[in-house]
Amino acid sequence: MDLLGLANYAVFMAILIGIYALLALGLNIQWGFTGLFNAGIAGFFAIGAYTSAILTSLPAAHRLGGFELPMVLGWVAAMLVAAAIAWPIGKICLRFRSDYLAIATIGIAEIIRLVIRTEGWLTGGVRGITGIPRPFGELPYMQSQLAFLAIVVVLVLLAYMLVERQVNAPWGRMMRAIRDNENAAAAMGKRVADRRLQAFVFGSALMGLAGALFVHFNRSITPEAIDPMIATFLIWIMLILGGSGNNRGAILGAAAIWIIWSVSELLTDRLPTEVAIQAKYARVFIIGLTLQLVLRFRPEGIVPERQAGAASSRR
Amino acid sequence: MLEVDGLVKAFGGFRAVDGCTMRVNEGEILGLIGPNGAGKTTLFNLIAGALQPTAGTIRFLGEDVTPLSTDALFHKGLVRTFQIPHEFGRLTARENLMMVPPAQPGEDLFANWLSWGKVQRVEEAVRRKADETLAFLELSHVADERAGNLSGGQKKLLELGRTMMTDAKLVLLDEPAAGVNRTLLRKLEEKILILNRDWGYTFILIEHDMEMIEKLCQPVVCMAEGKVLIQGDFHTVRSDARVLEAYLGETPSAIERNEFEHDPKVEQLREQELHKEDL
Repeated sequence: MDLLGLANYAVFMAILIGIYALLALGLNIQWGFTGLFNAGIAGFFAIGAYTSAILTSLPAAHRLGGFELPMVLGWVAAMLVAAAIAWPIGKICLRFRSDYLAIATIGIAEIIRLVIRTEGWLTGGVRGITGIPRPFGELPYMQSQLAFLAIVVVLVLLAYMLVERQVNAPWGRMMRAIRDNENAAAAMGKRVADRRLQAFVFGSALMGLAGALFVHFNRSITPEAIDPMIATFLIWIMLILGGSGNNRGAILGAAAIWIIWSVSELLTDRLPTEVAIQAKYARVFIIGLTLQLVLRFRPEGIVPERQAGAASSRR
Repeated sequence: MLEVDGLVKAFGGFRAVDGCTMRVNEGEILGLIGPNGAGKTTLFNLIAGALQPTAGTIRFLGEDVTPLSTDALFHKGLVRTFQIPHEFGRLTARENLMMVPPAQPGEDLFANWLSWGKVQRVEEAVRRKADETLAFLELSHVADERAGNLSGGQKKLLELGRTMMTDAKLVLLDEPAAGVNRTLLRKLEEKILILNRDWGYTFILIEHDMEMIEKLCQPVVCMAEGKVLIQGDFHTVRSDARVLEAYLGETPSAIERNEFEHDPKVEQLREQELHKEDL
């Protein structure tokens, strides 16, 4: 690979890392700080992706949409719709304890995927949605990629600052208290159910934004993109590896896992075709092995949760 | 202050609390004793709103609070602690106290952006109060330690401290002495008395340590099989024939030696182990 190709690939990878970082930050609010086991990340990602796609894409005969709205509007709508759908789901499911919540959210993500596949009038069914605009898409390839990267970096930084302030504020302390001991938090007057719902909706909105960024980067979306392997479990591994309960850890984990994941793809693609198919499974195996090693040797992740008291008392 | 009337809690066919009636007056430290399985903790859970009664009413400060949940009762000034320490393990001791004050502006997502200055001012006041409370409990040296790393006795003190971070009127203490060593225990007793005398807290105290009951509590209520057996001062209750009978198989001399039942400290440890496995 020549130098330019390598640079291109690096930028491409950085953009996807940014999108995954948003997903990991969203999950960190839910799991890292509040202890909600959301195993349906793909569902909220998909909702954000399709919302923005429908609102901003070119008109098409076989489906609704083609409103050609400005992209920023699409992104805001993606967050709002993801939050609006998370609300009733959370209202029903957050009463479950963590393991049941995981099962319920897996189910919900599958339902969302099936709805997207079958409701062709809305989502284009298996054909998906194409003709989605891309910010600075009219520039030459490299400039356009760099411009997109800049947008992603700004949004990740904004999201990071947003989440950091909330988790370092009394809000975050209350959430961690609820995570550590729900009954005691209730005995201290905290409305546990409402607060967990708040965190669930907040995290889901960030996941929706990640979905929206993804479709505008890709310019098209099909139900294939909502694979739970790629859009749910990979993000869990990113958060666990990076350090759940730490936002920098979440971003670092996203970068580390995505690099392992895509570089291993580069390698397997070079193998002769007879073994390349089997080699695809090896990638999943490598990720699984990484998770095992982290859990065995550093269960708190690369950057563990800060002991917040130490940080706040040293002001 | 608190009136419990005909309270019943049935778990399937088993009536853990079975027609319990009692009254707590302002300024009292009421001691609740009784053999294991007498329904003391269930009664606490009912009063604190963690369980809903099958029948009966609870009135607090003249108001019917029977259907209210734990968090709503907290805001009325009825605060509880737990038999097994319920600390927030990954929060520091100071944070355990700082999370308590109700209606902190920083608990609102939007206030953290729209009125950050106010959030920080309140936070400063809360921190001062937490530090004062830690000093009062002689826990200042572990302020920045994760609460999960504290000793059992320190956790008990911390739980008492949480009740001091709000405008509590009635505090329910579930076995404050269990698992606490003698020195810490004397400290705990002293703090409870100060809170009662100077802060005007009313207490209900479940305890197996008869020495503590004798020292602190007036009146004493003995429960057995979900009912109140007798209410009176410590010596009347202790020498009552029904009370002696309730502690099945125990001779009066065993009672003298504070051995109403199995060693509560051993039990406490066992329960903590069980609790750990649950997690």
